[in-house]
Amino acid sequence: MTATAPTRRWVTSHDVDLAVDERGPSDAPTVVLVHGYPDTSAVWAPVAERLADRYHVVTYDVRGAGASGAPEGRGGYTLDLLVDDLAAVVDAVSPDRERKVHLVGHDWGSIQGWEAVTTEPLAGRVASYTSISGPGLDHVAHWVRARLHRPTPRHLGQLLRQGMRSWYIGAFHLPGTTLVWRAGGARHIHHTLVRLGELPKGSEPAATLARDGALGLNLYRANVLRRATRPAERRTDVPVQLIVPDGDRYVTPALLDDTARWAPNLWRRDVPGRHWLPRTAPDHLAAWIAELVDHVESGEATDPPSLRRLRADAAPVVVVTGAGSGIGRQTALSFAERGATVIAADIDGDAAARTALLCRDLGAAAVYHQVDVGDADAMEALAKSVEQDHGGTDVVVNNAGIGMAGPMLDTTANDWERILRVNLWGVIHGSRLFGRQMAARGDGGHIVNVASAAAFTPSRGYPAYATTKAAVLMLSECLRAELSGVGIGVSAICPGIVNTGIVTTTRFVGVTDGEQARRQQATKRLYSLRGYGPERVAEAIVRAVDRDKPVVPVTIEARFGRALSRLSPRLSRRLARLDPTGRI
Amino acid sequence: MTLPLINGTVDDVTKCWDLTETDLERFREVQQLAYRCAETTAADLEAGVTERQVAKRMRRWLQDQGVDDWFHLPFAWFGDRTAFRRFRQPLQFFPTNRKLEDGMPFILDCAPVHEGYTADIGYAGALGDNPALDRLLGDLAEHRTLIVEQVRERRPLREVYEAVDTLAAHQGYENRHRAYPFRVIAHQVDKLPPGTGPVVGRFGLRSLRWLARTTAVGLRQGWSPLWNDTRLSDHPPTPGLWAVEPHLGLRGVGAKFEELLVVTDDDAYWLDDDLPHVRRSAAPAEEVPT
Repeated sequence: MTATAPTRRWVTSHDVDLAVDERGPSDAPTVVLVHGYPDTSAVWAPVAERLADRYHVVTYDVRGAGASGAPEGRGGYTLDLLVDDLAAVVDAVSPDRERKVHLVGHDWGSIQGWEAVTTEPLAGRVASYTSISGPGLDHVAHWVRARLHRPTPRHLGQLLRQGMRSWYIGAFHLPGTTLVWRAGGARHIHHTLVRLGELPKGSEPAATLARDGALGLNLYRANVLRRATRPAERRTDVPVQLIVPDGDRYVTPALLDDTARWAPNLWRRDVPGRHWLPRTAPDHLAAWIAELVDHVESGEATDPPSLRRLRADAAPVVVVTGAGSGIGRQTALSFAERGATVIAADIDGDAAARTALLCRDLGAAAVYHQVDVGDADAMEALAKSVEQDHGGTDVVVNNAGIGMAGPMLDTTANDWERILRVNLWGVIHGSRLFGRQMAARGDGGHIVNVASAAAFTPSRGYPAYATTKAAVLMLSECLRAELSGVGIGVSAICPGIVNTGIVTTTRFVGVTDGEQARRQQATKRLYSLRGYGPERVAEAIVRAVDRDKPVVPVTIEARFGRALSRLSPRLSRRLARLDPTGRI
Repeated sequence: MTLPLINGTVDDVTKCWDLTETDLERFREVQQLAYRCAETTAADLEAGVTERQVAKRMRRWLQDQGVDDWFHLPFAWFGDRTAFRRFRQPLQFFPTNRKLEDGMPFILDCAPVHEGYTADIGYAGALGDNPALDRLLGDLAEHRTLIVEQVRERRPLREVYEAVDTLAAHQGYENRHRAYPFRVIAHQVDKLPPGTGPVVGRFGLRSLRWLARTTAVGLRQGWSPLWNDTRLSDHPPTPGLWAVEPHLGLRGVGAKFEELLVVTDDDAYWLDDDLPHVRRSAAPAEEVPT
């Protein structure tokens, strides 16, 4: 990426001179970026620079903003005129009518974009449209009507939440607001937005902000009421990518729920972030725009995996390690039951294949991988193949683990290496590789690490196991903090006594083979009698992902252990002296 | 063989292994009748019919064929009730107004007594296509083989139960027979005197009384006519007739079979191999891409 100064040209539309900036090779596909209110084309600069080495990137100040001219009175700001402006810009920068342009709009620019792809002036000229934080005004009116028509509690909640964020639109219709902008309100508003975290720290208000803010009020006054009272049914067949930041202070994600009704060829990308993505996430935004442009330019009829996952009917992709048995297998099934695409990984390939087969019986898509979670290369290969085939992961469950019991002093270095490799390194690799993948993609995800109640219940009975699980718990807590800003949730699951195959493969150190078998059998009976099935842990895992829970103790003994470790560490330490394996 | 008896012999309670070939033939006939009832009823199932209606149909059908008493009245379970999902108390087993829908699994379970000879059968199917059920039915065949082999080896019944659990876990299924009263995978049946009796809570009183008496005696002698995974079943297979009902679940889909196993002093065999779930060939294996 090299920041080259854009070339300025002037385009006249309905007697208004528009300041148009072009970047990048003029023979490359044209991408037109339309800014919102109260911005100028400067809001797009970081994104435009990132796109300029591959595309012909066009930005312009809309009428009444930045360097462009301003019409007289509010009648000069209707959407018809704004679309005519856009058409004039497109005709000027891409005179060959055979070549379509790619449109991107943010905020009011996005409202204009919707108008452009659903009306005549630009019919047949738009190859794709990426809409960020700005629904079509008519679509909004229909959205409100649909909810008033069926006033379920959920619908009313959506209306209420959106209404609380739209108060300013009403305020903008009051006569005094123009004066507020003119009389120094602009700077104050800008700094408030910076303080609220809406705009990046250190960003300066545009020199023309006071004028832009005041004139731009006409956008609201000329259009909102008219469209709200008499909405048209505006549809388009243009491929549309919706980018929906979850923390948008002005447009709630629910407001875009009915968009497929108007634009059937739709991808929706729900991402972490606030309203001004062009300023706060230019890297990701440029990549997302490029992804759609490249796909549409390629002429391929089928989506590449990375876009396929953004379709309304796309299943979330879930990777589960240790999916060949116990909690892992049940977790795979729980996600499959909910329609996810499951990637079942296990060191036992046959067992993983069996899990995948069962997932398919439940109606889900599923594949399996034979993989040793402790092997960095193998895990890297897994992550790569998942990215290639499925466009990435939405949820990864690092579940693979083995058991070990017996005194610390009898645990050999080999024993330690073995359990650390699976229980800790497996989780490290899974979290690291898939976490990095999710962060790079930018639209969030969830990492689940299966720890254990042993993570906070010390005992002389299973020092090695508890050590690895405590590490997994701490790793999860730290990672959660690290990834909180990028929309990736991290949960640690801490099951207690759960009836799974881990018991029969647990190594009891420091005893004879015969005693080993006896203890395994006795423990198995104990666990079976406890009767807590792995499918219940699987459901807890699904809930943890749904609700983004940080730490989830599962089973009563796990909750008790956690409470005890906080309320009375002393008692917890006393209980640790009891040897549970000695009594079986 | 010797049983771990404390007082007396098993003869005091049950004469199972004294059953003549004729007796076994009569048991076989009743079992065939019960399976015919399930198959006929299953063939006539349509979307919208309720569990209660189907249970009633089976009851009527069997009565028309001369059934004069019950081990228990027919049960029918539809949808996720086949896997006993969220079953907490025995009344939940009773037929409800749950309607059958296309693609739903179902289980029909009936236990008629005819002139003192008891059958207790379970029949699983689905209305239309249900891949999960197909696989369950195919995999249940392995359990049928496993059970008879292990009983033949005279492994303690508790261990056989655990072996079934291990196989189910390996296959990826949940053990759902643990939802039955006392977690039983099987219970004994015997020849009753010809006659009829009242039905209490869907169970035939004469059969219940026999079972209660046998349990009482068994407890004293260190064995149990109820086969589960507790200490009470930690004994070699008791000679007699056992109605064995492994019941597996994959989430909301449950499947079982139930049929009589003949256990003698030194052998064990299924009373009849000419049954719907045995005739049905195992589902073909399917390749999953990596």
